[in-house]
Amino acid sequence: MPFVVRLSGLVIATLLLAGPLQAVIETYAFSSPDLERRYHALSQELRCPKCQNQNIADSNAPIAQDLRRLLYQQLEAGATDAEILDYMVARYGEFVRYRPGFDRATAILWLAPAILLLLAAAIAVAVLRRSQSSEQSAPGVDDTKLQALLEGRDKTP
Amino acid sequence: MGPRLKLFAPLLIFIALAVFLARGLQLDPQELPSALIDQPLPAFTLPDLHSGEMLTRESVLGQPALFNVWATWCISCRVEHPYLQTLAEQGVAIYGINYKDDDDAAIEWLDTLGDPYIANIVDGQGRLGVDLGVYGAPETYFVDAQGVVRYRHVGVIDERLWRTRLAAIYAELGGTVAPAGDTP
Repeated sequence: MPFVVRLSGLVIATLLLAGPLQAVIETYAFSSPDLERRYHALSQELRCPKCQNQNIADSNAPIAQDLRRLLYQQLEAGATDAEILDYMVARYGEFVRYRPGFDRATAILWLAPAILLLLAAAIAVAVLRRSQSSEQSAPGVDDTKLQALLEGRDKTP
Repeated sequence: MGPRLKLFAPLLIFIALAVFLARGLQLDPQELPSALIDQPLPAFTLPDLHSGEMLTRESVLGQPALFNVWATWCISCRVEHPYLQTLAEQGVAIYGINYKDDDDAAIEWLDTLGDPYIANIVDGQGRLGVDLGVYGAPETYFVDAQGVVRYRHVGVIDERLWRTRLAAIYAELGGTVAPAGDTP
C-alpha cells in the first residue's frame, strides 16, 4: 500500500514540523552557557507583574515576554545580576522579585518566620515549665514512699 | 483577675484575625503600587501617531497632564474612551501612549470614536511601557508641570472614580477643570 505509507509519512512530517511551532516560550541564542544559566536563574526569580503568581519564565503574558526580551538583551550587553534586578525594581517595585530586598515595607515578610518561631518556642517553654512545676507540687504524695513502692515493684518478678 | 482574662484570649485572637481578613478582602491584589511615584517621567524619543514627528519627554511637559496608556486591542480602553472624551472637553490635558498597537488601527479608532488626546506617543515595542512600569492597559499616570509622576491609576477611569478620587489628585497637580455645567 504505497499510498498509505506516503500518507503516514506526510502526517509524521507535519507533526514534526508542528512541534517547534507549538512552543509558546521563545528561545534565545546565548553567546555563552554561563549567560544562559543566569538567564534561567533570573527569569525564575522575577515575578510577572500581570499574572501575579507566576515568574516571567512560566508566564506567557505579553509583559512577561517583554521582560524576558529585556533580560536577554541586558545579559548579552554585560549587565550584572544586581544591575538587572535594580532595573526591574526601579520600574515595577520590589513586587517584581520573589526574594525582595530588606526594607521597611518588606521587613515583616523577612522577620515574620523568625518572630513566629521564637513565639512558638516561648509558648512551648512556658507550657512545659508549668506542667513540670505542677508535677512537683502535686499535693498529698510522699515522693520517697512512691519511689520505694516503684522500686519494690521492680524487684518482684 | 488574671485567669479570668485568659479566658478571653481566644476571642481576642479571633477578633484580631477577623480584622486582618476583613482588610484583606477589601484590598485588590491586582493593584500594585507604582515604583514611579514622585519620580520623573522617564525620557523617551518616540513618534507621534498622526504626524510621525519625534516626541520627547521635554516636548510633552509644561502643564499638569494625564498620560493614558491605551491600545485598540484593549477592551477596557473602549469602555474608558467616552469618559476621557468628556474630561478632554472639560479642559483636562490628556496625552495618549498608544501601547504595542497597530498604527492604522489606532488612527481609525480615533477617527471613529473621537480623539481626546493632545498628542499620541507611539510605543510600538512597549519600551516606554516598561520604563513606566505598565503591566496592562488602560493605565493612567498623573504628571505635574515639572514632569514628576504623582499618581498612577490602573484600570478604567469613570465618572464616579473621577469625582470621588481622581479630580482631587488632578487639582493638586495644579490642573484646572471647567465646571461641569459649562460643557454642552
